[in-house]
Amino acid sequence: MHGETDVNVDIVVPNQTRYLGLIGNIAEQIARELVDYRGDRDALGYNMNLVLTEAMVNAIEHATPGETDKTVRVWIHIEDEDLCIRVYDHGQGFDLESVPMPDFDDPGEHGRGIFFIRKLMDSVTYRRTESGNVLEMRKKLA
Amino acid sequence: MNLSTEISDGKTVLTLAEQRLDAHNSGELKDFMLKLLEGGSRHLVVDLSQVSFIDSSGLGALLSGQKNATLRSSVFLLVGLQPRVRSMFELTRLHRVFEIYSTLEEALRGE
Repeated sequence: MHGETDVNVDIVVPNQTRYLGLIGNIAEQIARELVDYRGDRDALGYNMNLVLTEAMVNAIEHATPGETDKTVRVWIHIEDEDLCIRVYDHGQGFDLESVPMPDFDDPGEHGRGIFFIRKLMDSVTYRRTESGNVLEMRKKLA
Repeated sequence: MNLSTEISDGKTVLTLAEQRLDAHNSGELKDFMLKLLEGGSRHLVVDLSQVSFIDSSGLGALLSGQKNATLRSSVFLLVGLQPRVRSMFELTRLHRVFEIYSTLEEALRGE
């Protein structure tokens, strides 16, 4: 069943951080246009922007660092009240469960990306597929 | 990255004329702050009032600036956090780590 706010966006960009803003802003714009969403659309937009930025940075800098000829695929799907964002990479992959929480008492410069994603989304998984590794982030919009 | 500095009463004010502070430009900010501190800046105020988006790399760059300032016994202040940006500091509890002022005037007066 498709409502008027159903969204299906599939984007492939070069493996470069200069595209973080472009993709983040697309996600933010999508959130602002979810007329049926009863929550704070600006907050949802910021959060989508942030989790996509963090996931893309993981894919660009950790999975395939310096390989600017590679690509990152981003898929944003909203159907009814389910938001699903997937970011695909072609690297070695990593164990999501072994990523530690940030040390709030002795804060370091790194290690907050996955924390943000986990904090702002309802579920996060990372798995290997035929088309690369995929970080999947889901959120209920109701 | 669009950065500018101004010296006011011996204090360096670093203004970021950018909407986003993320992994694309945070390295440049980190290097720039280090150069200011290595160049003898003893009181660095970072004005973030134009920044409407920050990611974990941006927070990391600011932490680097603060640590480098502390190593050199310099003062490091943040000013002008927009509400969404501030909420990222709060989510990571970094609002307790940094000295944050609402306005540049307050930061320069040290209130």
